[in-house]
Order: sequence, then structure tokens, then C-alpha cells
Amino acid sequence: MTVASKPALSRSAFWSRLDVKSAPYLYIAPFFLLFALVGLFPLLYTAFVSVHKWGLITGNGGFVGLKNYSDVLGQPRFWQAMGNTFSIFVLSSVPQVIAAVFIAAVLDANLRAKTLWRMGVLVPYVVAPVAVGLIFNQMFADQSGFVNAVLTSVGLPAIGWHANSLASHFAIATMVNFRWTGYNTLIVLAAMQAIPRDIIEAAVVDGASRVRTFFSVTVPMLRPTLIFVIITSTIGGLQVFDEPRMFDQIGLGGNDRQWMTITMFMYELGWGNQRNFGRAAAVAWILFLVIVAFAVINFWLTSRIASSGGAKPAASRSRRKGVSR
Amino acid sequence: MSASEMSIGMIEQVAGKGAARAARRRRGMDGGVRRPGWVTYALLAVIVLVSAFPLYYAFLLSSSTSSSIAQNPIPSPIPEGHFIENITRVLTADINFWRAVLNSVIVAVLTSVSVVFFSTLAGYAFAKLRFRGQRGLLAFVVGTMAVPTQLGIIPLFIVMAKLGWVGNLAAVIVPAMVTAFGVFWMTQYLAEALPYELIEAARVDGCSMIRTFWNVALPAARPAAAMLALFTFVASWTNFFWPFVVLGSTNPTLPVALQLLQATYFKDMALIMAGVVLATIPLLALFALAGRHLASGIMAGAVKG
Repeated sequence: MTVASKPALSRSAFWSRLDVKSAPYLYIAPFFLLFALVGLFPLLYTAFVSVHKWGLITGNGGFVGLKNYSDVLGQPRFWQAMGNTFSIFVLSSVPQVIAAVFIAAVLDANLRAKTLWRMGVLVPYVVAPVAVGLIFNQMFADQSGFVNAVLTSVGLPAIGWHANSLASHFAIATMVNFRWTGYNTLIVLAAMQAIPRDIIEAAVVDGASRVRTFFSVTVPMLRPTLIFVIITSTIGGLQVFDEPRMFDQIGLGGNDRQWMTITMFMYELGWGNQRNFGRAAAVAWILFLVIVAFAVINFWLTSRIASSGGAKPAASRSRRKGVSR
Repeated sequence: MSASEMSIGMIEQVAGKGAARAARRRRGMDGGVRRPGWVTYALLAVIVLVSAFPLYYAFLLSSSTSSSIAQNPIPSPIPEGHFIENITRVLTADINFWRAVLNSVIVAVLTSVSVVFFSTLAGYAFAKLRFRGQRGLLAFVVGTMAVPTQLGIIPLFIVMAKLGWVGNLAAVIVPAMVTAFGVFWMTQYLAEALPYELIEAARVDGCSMIRTFWNVALPAARPAAAMLALFTFVASWTNFFWPFVVLGSTNPTLPVALQLLQATYFKDMALIMAGVVLATIPLLALFALAGRHLASGIMAGAVKG
């Protein structure tokens, strides 16, 4: 052992230690850096922009306090857009969750070629919302549209899918449902298959009918998954843009803005004729707060509704055990 | 562990695909689960037909002419034969469709590669390395999934304008280079699929941390990485709002080009539908090849999430 070899050894030990200590932080750094730069910072900076006079081209024109907020809240169009967004959201999320649960129940059988059936319900997921919008825009055309032609051929009156506000919401919700029902079906199906079979069998042995078993055992045990599905569909649904944007070629939400959503309103304020980033930012921040509030309310409501359905603590414990393999 | 406790996946690894198939069949029988009747299949067929109908409808319109679309709101179920003609018209239309195809491919491929690499890197750290603040940071990553980042587009646009990236593909690619979903997904997978023994063996052999990642973790992550790439590709290909805002009409991706097509030629429904079909075919082809992985990926994510 010479004295000279000792510092060399400890130097390599030092590097090795540094490598071990710093590596994890280096590996997770890209995510946190990127999130800080394109996620967190813009969201916080939106609040900053929203209390300033700020034009798309002119830039920061000075602090104006809550003026942008009061301007926006004083515009009837803001409230109209809010109403449209909620209407489309309710028409898309409620039927979608119900349909997903029922289709999942059908797929939960011991099917032949089950992968093929699962793929079959998932096909719409790979169609871009813009493409979905263009297709359904034509299907729901007021004149010479497919849906109206079918309606009149069975003796029903044609509907002004673009002219009538509620009808346009229904048409747009149909596009959203078309693309997402299959996706959510598979999520619910996975949760259904994670329910231990002996619990279902126990209910059957106790004399419960298949329908009763489904509503009293299966559905309550899907609770965590349904909360997840509902919250993600809330976050996405309240920001809906692509489908209503494509519902006509002008993209402002109709002559009377009958299907203009909040995100479309925000886009029009910022990049339309007004080019007012301050007001657009105020709208973004209001919508952000609404989404947070909705997520909280949803969570609270869903857990209440589902637990009043009769989920036993013991049952939910064993479900957790079944999942946390 | 007895054979009956083994999962099908384990049987497949230990005894090969044939044994796994046999085990699956055996379990299906001794579980006493009967096959459903024809009503179930009829119901499913209706659901699948409803899912597929709008696509076929788009194809029918894209093979007809605008005048026949106006005359027959319910198209004849047999295509009319103007498909090639309409496709040609889209490709030569005044909106640079080829450029849009190329842009979509560039954005989707680069985003997928980047998301897979950085998510696997972070997922490996969260799943297999020890460091201070690990649990809290992972919880933070999961929490960010619920943040509606789309609402930050105004400052994001200001930043991109400052960088001179408006109209530049970098403005779409860079913000999407790693996602919370990807990190969480890879963490979950590597926690189960990568044994500590392999990592230790590589370390004992003198591999540095990054070499251990490259030689051990990355190969082990391959199945989950492929699924993640698939999801990212689909999300990128179908993404509209941010590219629409930041790219504009000069340098569009496919969804933006479809919007331009509608704005410019809104009376020519056959042309627009041809554009829709063209933009959708690549993903349908991908779906035909890898749709089963997409389906099982969604289901795996649901159980873990």
C-alpha cells in the first residue's frame, strides 16, 4: 500500500457516492423542470396577466386590479358560455358513465374473442376530435343531414340541430360520448374484473337476482373507479373546445353563440377581434376555480351516492386486497 | 407457490405460450363460468356497429360528390367511386396537406420517443432508487395529473412568442416531452417488473447509475414503454387546441389542417370528408396492428390507478 494510491481510491469512491446520491434527482428532474415551465408557471402567470391590461400584440399595459374580472363577469356572453358548457358537460358525462357501466357489464361475460370486442368499442378513441366534429357536423346538418333524414323518414319532425341551442348541445355531447364511452368502458371493465368473484357468488347464494346483485354489489364496488372516471371527465368536459369549435365553419359557436363554450370564449377574447389577453386570462382563471370546485363537489357527491348504495366496509376492504396485488 | 396460484402471465413466462393457453382454457372451465348466449353477442355487435358507423359514413361521403351528398342525406351503403378523385383534390388543395402529414408524423414520433425516455428515467428512480422526499415527490407527480394545464395557454403563448416559436413545431413538441401520466405509468410497471437483484448485479459489475438504467431498466421496461408510446402517439396525433393556437395556418398539424379545410371549402363536403378519412387512416392502421395493446393498457392503467 502506497500513500499515493489512497487519494485516487477515495476520489473514485467520492464520484461513485455522488453518482448514487444525485442520480435519482437527475432522473426525475426533467419532469419537474418541464412541469414548472409549461404547467405551473403558466397557470400562476395567468393570474398575473388577469389583473393587468394586456393585449396580444401590445403586451403589458399596466395593473388594472380586478377590472378584467368585472368586465368578463358583466358580459352576458360569459354567462351564456358558462351555461352552454355546463349543458354540454351534463349531456355528455352522465349518459357516458351510465353507458360505460352497462357496456362493461356486457363485456364482463365470458365472451369468445373478448379482445376483439374490447377493441371494437375502442375504435372511436383513435379518431381525432376534430375529425369527429366534422363527421357529426354533417350528420347533424339542419338541412339534408343524416339524422334529420332518419327522423323524418319515421314520421318525426326534423330538428334544428344548429339553430336550436339545446339541440346543438345534444349534438356536441354526442360527439364527446362517441369518442370517450368505449375508453371509459374499458376502465370500468377492468374494475369489474377486479371484484372478487366470491363476493358476487355470496350475493347469489343469498338469493339476490342478477339485476339486484349488479346494482347492490357490483356498482357500489366500482366506486373508486367511477370517481376517477367522473373527475377526469369533469376536467376534460369543462374545457371542451375541439368538437364545438368544429360544429360550423366559422367556429364562434353559432349565430347567437348558442353552442359557444368557455374555452371558445377565452380563445375569442385572446385571439379574436379583441386580442385582449387580460380578459382571456381572467376567464381561464375563473374556469380553473370552477373546475377545482367541481372536482371537489363531484368527489363528495359520488362518494355519498355510492356509499348509500350499500357497500359494506368488509366488501370494500377485500376489493382493495384484490387490487393491490 | 402452487401452480394454481400462478398467474397466467407467470405460466406463460415459465412454461411457454401453449401452457398458458391451456391454463386459461382450464380455468375458464373449472371456474364454472358459462358462455353467454346470443343476445349478449347481438347487443355487442350493435354497440360496435354504432361505434364504427360514423367512420363508414365519412368514407361513403368521401367517395361521393357534393351534389349527391346534398340530394341523398342518407347515403347509399355502397361507395360511389369518387374516393381517389377526392383524395387527390385534398392533397392538391390550397392548405398544404402534405406538410400537415409530415408535421403530424414529426410531432407524434418525437413526442412519443421523448415521453418514453424521460418517463422511464423518472419511473425507474421512483420505483427502484432510494432518495429523500421520494414519496412526497411521487404524490406531487400524481397530483399534477388533475391540473388543467390547458388553462395556462395564455402565458405559454407569451413565452413562445418571446422565444420566436410561434408557428414552429418546437412549440408543440417541447411542452409535451414528458407527462405525469407517463412517469406514474412507468413507476407502477417497473416497481413490479424489475427485480432488485438485477440492479444490484449490474452495480456489483461496476456499472455506473446511468449504465445500469440503460442496460437493465430500459430493456425491462419495454412492454410498458411500448404501450406508453402508443398512447402518446394517439394523443399527439389527435391534439388540436394548442397546435391550433400556436401553429396557425402556416405550419399546421393534421387536425389544424382539417380545420383549415373546413374553413376554406365548407361547401365541398366530399372534399372535407376525404380529408377526415386521410387524417384518420394512419391511426386506424396503427389500431389494427396494436389496438389490443391499447385496450389492455387502458385496463391495466385503470386497476393500478
